[in-house]
Amino acid sequence: MNKISTTEQVQRSLKKRYRAEKRFRMYGVTSIVIGLLALLLLFTEIISKGVGAFKQHYVSLEINFDADDLGLDADLFTFFDAVREDYGNKLHSELKIADQHATMAEALSEFEAQAQRDFGMTVIDALQAREQQLADANFTGIIRNSLRERFPSVKSRRDRRALYSLVSVGASFDLRDRVNADASLIGTTQKLWLLADDDLDTYVKSLNDSEPFIGRLKENQVEFISSWLEKNEIDARFNTIFFTSGDSSEPEQAGILGAVMGTFFTLLVTLILSFPVGVAAAIYLEEYATKNKFTDFIEVNINNLAAVPSVIFGLLGLAIFLNFFGMTRSVPLVGGMVLTLMTLPTIIISSRAAITSVPPSIREAALGMGASRMQTILHHVLPLAMPGMLTGAIIGMARALGETAPLLMIGMVAFIAEVPSSWNDAATVLPVQIYLWADSPERAFVERTSAAIMVLLAFLIMMNGLAIYLRKRLERRW
Amino acid sequence: MTILEATNPVDTAETAAKDTIKMKEADLNEAATESDHKTVGDCFVENPKFSVRDANVYYGDKQAVFDVSLDIGENEVIAMIGPSGCGKSTFLRCLNRMNDTIDICRVEGKIELDGMDIYDSRLDVVPLRARVGMVFQKPNPFPKSIYDNVAYGPKIHGLVSRRVDLDEIVETSLRRAGLWDEVKDRLNQPGTGLSGGQQQRLCIARTIAVSPEVILMDEPCSALDPIATARIEELIAELSENFTICIVTHSMQQAARVSKRTAYFHMGKLMEVNETQKVFTNPDHELTEAYITGRFG
Repeated sequence: MNKISTTEQVQRSLKKRYRAEKRFRMYGVTSIVIGLLALLLLFTEIISKGVGAFKQHYVSLEINFDADDLGLDADLFTFFDAVREDYGNKLHSELKIADQHATMAEALSEFEAQAQRDFGMTVIDALQAREQQLADANFTGIIRNSLRERFPSVKSRRDRRALYSLVSVGASFDLRDRVNADASLIGTTQKLWLLADDDLDTYVKSLNDSEPFIGRLKENQVEFISSWLEKNEIDARFNTIFFTSGDSSEPEQAGILGAVMGTFFTLLVTLILSFPVGVAAAIYLEEYATKNKFTDFIEVNINNLAAVPSVIFGLLGLAIFLNFFGMTRSVPLVGGMVLTLMTLPTIIISSRAAITSVPPSIREAALGMGASRMQTILHHVLPLAMPGMLTGAIIGMARALGETAPLLMIGMVAFIAEVPSSWNDAATVLPVQIYLWADSPERAFVERTSAAIMVLLAFLIMMNGLAIYLRKRLERRW
Repeated sequence: MTILEATNPVDTAETAAKDTIKMKEADLNEAATESDHKTVGDCFVENPKFSVRDANVYYGDKQAVFDVSLDIGENEVIAMIGPSGCGKSTFLRCLNRMNDTIDICRVEGKIELDGMDIYDSRLDVVPLRARVGMVFQKPNPFPKSIYDNVAYGPKIHGLVSRRVDLDEIVETSLRRAGLWDEVKDRLNQPGTGLSGGQQQRLCIARTIAVSPEVILMDEPCSALDPIATARIEELIAELSENFTICIVTHSMQQAARVSKRTAYFHMGKLMEVNETQKVFTNPDHELTEAYITGRFG
């Protein structure tokens, strides 16, 4: 029998081994390609759908600020502007607080004579009368006048109503703000760009598509729009409303700022509560606690809590914070506390891992120098473990950023139009806003939903970027 | 109990690997049992700095050091030698209570520093460790600047209040550690950026910055090349004028070069303590002789 040499045997199997090796590497490459493709698909889908929300259409109209139509006394407004110039922008807020009127009247004594002469009342009364007039003024009426002048042929009630509905309800608030800021507008006629209704907006945006989206628009409304378009009286502008206002049931007036602020306050509370508590727990467990049955029990529980579905934490928050302690519902403070419960296990686990990874030689060196336990931890262990702990905290926060379920239970899933200004104002958060808009029937909310997702993703990328930056910045070699 | 059985859990793997026993196992076993509880040579000195009586150290159920009694004199260099896992490092770490950091470790017996029982329950380890400094096997400077490394001890112990005094301590310590000329221009650079030998000298400088009375050295040269080792050995000789030094070493040549007295440990027992010269030329114990002639270990 011919004995085959080892070299030959090796040669024979070599090809097969190389093929296996190549296949093995291909599996990895394929997985990465699939992942990247999915990501690309996700981003193109979201961006192509959502980019429209950054533009909003406006209609140009000749607005006649007729004092009689509006029911305004122009002199009173001019007087107010003069007072404001002297007194500053606090005027509005102070007028609403009765207690301040005495001091205000004193400060405004030089206007007292003028108020008595021109209006026959005290300066405070004059200013308050002006406030009342502004609140009662019929700005919708002058918009309608302008629309009727633009399309004189429209006579029937129904057609007129169709015409009126093409301009957003929000346009009248815009006019009021303009008059409030500048009294000289009263009595003049201005060519202004007014916020268009979402049906018009969606239709005009879809004009370049193979089949424009008509939706709820009626035939005559499409004609009005075409007439405007012909005369270049419709213009797309950057949608500042989307970034500066809270939620609204009218898509053209709905903005993300309320949700962004709600998210900010909620995460702030979460960070303030969960990071110190998590780090303190991790330090105690790693550096002080002796290993026994009890600490084992705690460890098992922490690991278990990290895997508990987040809705359970919501129920816990409802039972404890709202029902037992009677805290306010729908506020970021409670939301942050619930998310703290959810984030704590993650932070404790990652902080413990970071502390364990500090080389024991550093601890020995410090202890050998006569440093106390606490000095060893504060001077040496914590600075070295900090990058890892921060990374864990930010990953935990990023998870909290995307949570909806626990907030459902404490009333943060709600329609809230006001932009929250503290952690004790009713608020909602970004993922909840996305969910609410995705659920709305108006077509214009589709692009806003995608735009809100883009904002959420931007938040996430920012937080992860911060995690990487902090890690690089604080990382020290030993 | 066989000769291979590990007594120090830290060294278990190393000990298991040491399969190169050249002496007949039976002979050694016999010798070890024979000399139970009896150390040959001069264990005791007059006016000792450290006086250890019947020290036993346990890791959990396992005993690592058996009935060690030993005196360490003022300003003397004592070397501790012996095969891996013989308990010499464990014994050394008892002297400044570094073993406290190991949960399962338990120390029995009496260890006195200048007549003060260091295992007294009322004793605070912080001042003890300021009096008994330690240099470890692997150079372990803090990941801070060279200056901060040396200044750390004086700072935490509140030895100085003014910056100039601190600067002076840092300079003196670095000079005594023979490192000043090499690092004086880069005191603000990280201590971890130095070479291994420089790092170890930085650790020594850091230790002497708090002016301890005793310096414990746990195989300080085992991670260093011969030139750096020679440098450290010179340093030990210089430091011995002012400090009591206990050095654990694997190198018998090193023990012979730097120390005045040598203690030989075997399986957790102190076999022989004598003048270094006598240990290496005419040891009293047959195990010592077997070890230094290279028949095992």
